[in-house]
Amino acid sequence: MSDNHITLKLKIWRQENKNAKGHFDEFNQKVSPDSSILEMLDEVNNKLEAEGKIPIAFESDCREGICGTCGLAVNGHPHGPLPKTATCQLHMRNFKDGETLYIEPFRAAAFQVIKDLIVDRSGFDKIQQAGGYTSFNTGSAPDANAIPISKTNADLSLDAAECIGCGACVAACKNSSAMLFVSAKVSQFALLPQGQPERYDRVQAMVKVMDENFFGSCTNTYACEAECPKGISVSNIARMNRDYFKAKLCEEKVEG
Amino acid sequence: MIKLNSNVPEGNITEKWSNYKFSMKLVNPANKRKFDIIVVGTGLAGASAAATLGELGYKVKAFTYHDSPRRAHSIAAQGGINAAKNYQNDADSVYRLFYDTVKGGDFRAREANVYRLAEVSNNIIDQCVAQGVPFAREYGGTLANRSFGGAQVSRTFYARGETGQQLLLGAYGSLNRQIHLGNVEIFSRREMLDLVVVDGKAKGIIVRNLLTGETERHSAQAVVLATGGYMNVYYLSTNAMNSNATASWRAHKRGAAFANPAYTQIHPTCLPVHGEAQSKLVLMSESLRNDGRIWVSKKAGDTRPPDQIPESERDYYLERKYPAFGNLVPRDVASRNAKYVCDEGRGVNGGRAVYLDFAEAFNRIGKDAVKDRYGNLFDMYQNITGVDPYEVPMQIYPAPHYAMGGLWVDYNLMSNVPGLFVLGEANFSDHGANRLGASALMQGLADGYFVIPYTIGNYLATEKPEKANPESSEFKEAEKSVRDDVKKLLSINGKQTVDAIHKKLGLVLIDKVGMSRTEKGLNEAIKQIRDLREEFWKDVKVVGKGEELNQTLERAGRVADYLQFGELLAKDALNRNESCGGHFREEYQTPEGEALRRDDEYAYVAAWEYKGPGESELSKENLEFTNIKLATRSYK
Repeated sequence: MSDNHITLKLKIWRQENKNAKGHFDEFNQKVSPDSSILEMLDEVNNKLEAEGKIPIAFESDCREGICGTCGLAVNGHPHGPLPKTATCQLHMRNFKDGETLYIEPFRAAAFQVIKDLIVDRSGFDKIQQAGGYTSFNTGSAPDANAIPISKTNADLSLDAAECIGCGACVAACKNSSAMLFVSAKVSQFALLPQGQPERYDRVQAMVKVMDENFFGSCTNTYACEAECPKGISVSNIARMNRDYFKAKLCEEKVEG
Repeated sequence: MIKLNSNVPEGNITEKWSNYKFSMKLVNPANKRKFDIIVVGTGLAGASAAATLGELGYKVKAFTYHDSPRRAHSIAAQGGINAAKNYQNDADSVYRLFYDTVKGGDFRAREANVYRLAEVSNNIIDQCVAQGVPFAREYGGTLANRSFGGAQVSRTFYARGETGQQLLLGAYGSLNRQIHLGNVEIFSRREMLDLVVVDGKAKGIIVRNLLTGETERHSAQAVVLATGGYMNVYYLSTNAMNSNATASWRAHKRGAAFANPAYTQIHPTCLPVHGEAQSKLVLMSESLRNDGRIWVSKKAGDTRPPDQIPESERDYYLERKYPAFGNLVPRDVASRNAKYVCDEGRGVNGGRAVYLDFAEAFNRIGKDAVKDRYGNLFDMYQNITGVDPYEVPMQIYPAPHYAMGGLWVDYNLMSNVPGLFVLGEANFSDHGANRLGASALMQGLADGYFVIPYTIGNYLATEKPEKANPESSEFKEAEKSVRDDVKKLLSINGKQTVDAIHKKLGLVLIDKVGMSRTEKGLNEAIKQIRDLREEFWKDVKVVGKGEELNQTLERAGRVADYLQFGELLAKDALNRNESCGGHFREEYQTPEGEALRRDDEYAYVAAWEYKGPGESELSKENLEFTNIKLATRSYK
């Protein structure tokens, strides 16, 4: 594999804690085009540590694009400029020698900066706790093939369930709306028979907690879908809105 | 010497678990809420355990070092989950899954545990479907299955290449429901740094709040560890960046025996190392070996591009050595042979990579058909390497992937420290010396959903509901030792970074305690690891403070533990004078170069007791095979 390194000018957001004033630190970094952007940050940090300086705080875990831990805005784009790519899968061969990269945390009112590039996404967990499940106790399930599910619905449900909970949709939205995230979970269950008993309670409970946690409204700009590393479709938002209005329009709890 | 009692129930293997469940003592439903249970880790095993124990009415405290339980590395599992449903009518059964798992583990697993695993496998699929896990389905609406990892039946359930993600999110949903109901309290961004043992029983843990650096004491009547495997000891592995052995190792230091650390799985189809900055390795599904042909040049140091190496100068070494199985030999055989050809200098450009070539498949079924089968993997390969695998053969190399070894547990999944239970990859019990594909997800969920909820009740039923006092001397002593460790790490102020030393450790291990091991190499490795450990404590540089978010400090603590654990890994490999599964000792091979097991002397679980840094004492649990006849694996 190639060894033609490139040199980049990095402007990286530094912020000591949530109350501190942030600023950009500048670094010139030579990097292999085969490295990911996170591996480049590892190298910057190793150099800082060797010099006795405080390294840049950033989060990552699986580095395979599935855990949703990493999330940086690169030149204004959550997860960088490539479509359907998580930060950890963004390789430096996509940048030109001498280019300047602005690396920032995900910006949103609901995602407070904890330190440097790390933000607090606990609002996402609170929304999931409100209703992102089917209420089946372990041991009470019928045989897995007892209820056939059409392949189309199962596939659509999985399309929605692929959400990695990274928060790029919120960071991309000018309103910091979490509608794509919430609708992905609502849709996953709305499309399956197992999700029906709680379908309308679920959507109301999750939207309520979403609203309480500083996530804004959806104004249909679709920036969320454009920046989503898993390509979650905005049609999930439409499905969620339909369910939400249906639940709200009928005073008593509706079935089906 | 530790007394190891496996507590396997009497009776016929098919009836052990049912009979045992009936004979267990129960905790009165009204009393369950008086018992606090700590669950550390929120991957498949931890999340499913915490959720299910919450459903039963226990008060559960769940801990994760991630910001959210959903980030655990179970999420990255691709292939699928096995179950003996026999939906395909292809003669699968609980007994066959049991048989395949014991044989695949090269006869180094405990029969009774494996049988129970196979038995509850079907319940797992039912449970996950009820949770709304969108498994792959046929057009008629029934669940789809595939054959995986060389199994002769189609018993693997899957959700595209994201099965782990979907199963973990299912368990995460169940966990969230219990958090919402107030039965489980979740403590995120907390790292367990010590186990508290009071009067010989596990009664609590010490954690560090990763945001503030404060230490916290948590008390309970039982502690469940579901903290994953140790393969990041190799520095480069397919594990997540944060996956570590610290919780297990600290429990080991408090008395829990560590079993079979030398059983490590090195997965054959991973992307090769791209350079110095490489931070982790990426696995590609081994299904690629169904149609790809593995080869290297016959000549050492051949730097010609692959299209200029004529057929006659290529060595399809797996097809040559194993004509019956060819490229589909088990993981350990494929990995070891890749190492051998690269050791001979015949890897790509003389380096550490071999070709995985689809040219024959393109001719046989066409590029479109190949794309249908492996399109997402080809895309992934191109995204990471920048090379188009439709035009140029892929390059692959084995990577450390899964730990079969782990903390010793009995049939109840309880360690030798009463009250300390260990689930999932963190324990040693079900995979023997080699794990089969799509069995890790099965084991994690079996332990969490269907085993621990029963066995922990049996333990708690004889325990008094009073919790240990967090102000007791045992808690204070443990907290102090954690704080002292932090202070010590911060005070060294040497010249080398944590990563630099971890990389050195990884190179020693992969070279001498990896796919192929020798007595000489292992002795050298032990010495080198000891030297490195000394080097670390003299010369490591950990910047920042203890009372703040400090990722360097987090890593330093983990690497300090690896520098002890790595030595035990090498020692266990040195002790085991045979080859089995993922443990291959060059001295013990058949004339054909295959693993030579020595059942008369080594059909035991090696359980190590901690006796101070670099000091361990061996205890043995003999393995008896009363249902499945010991046989030699053959793939010729």
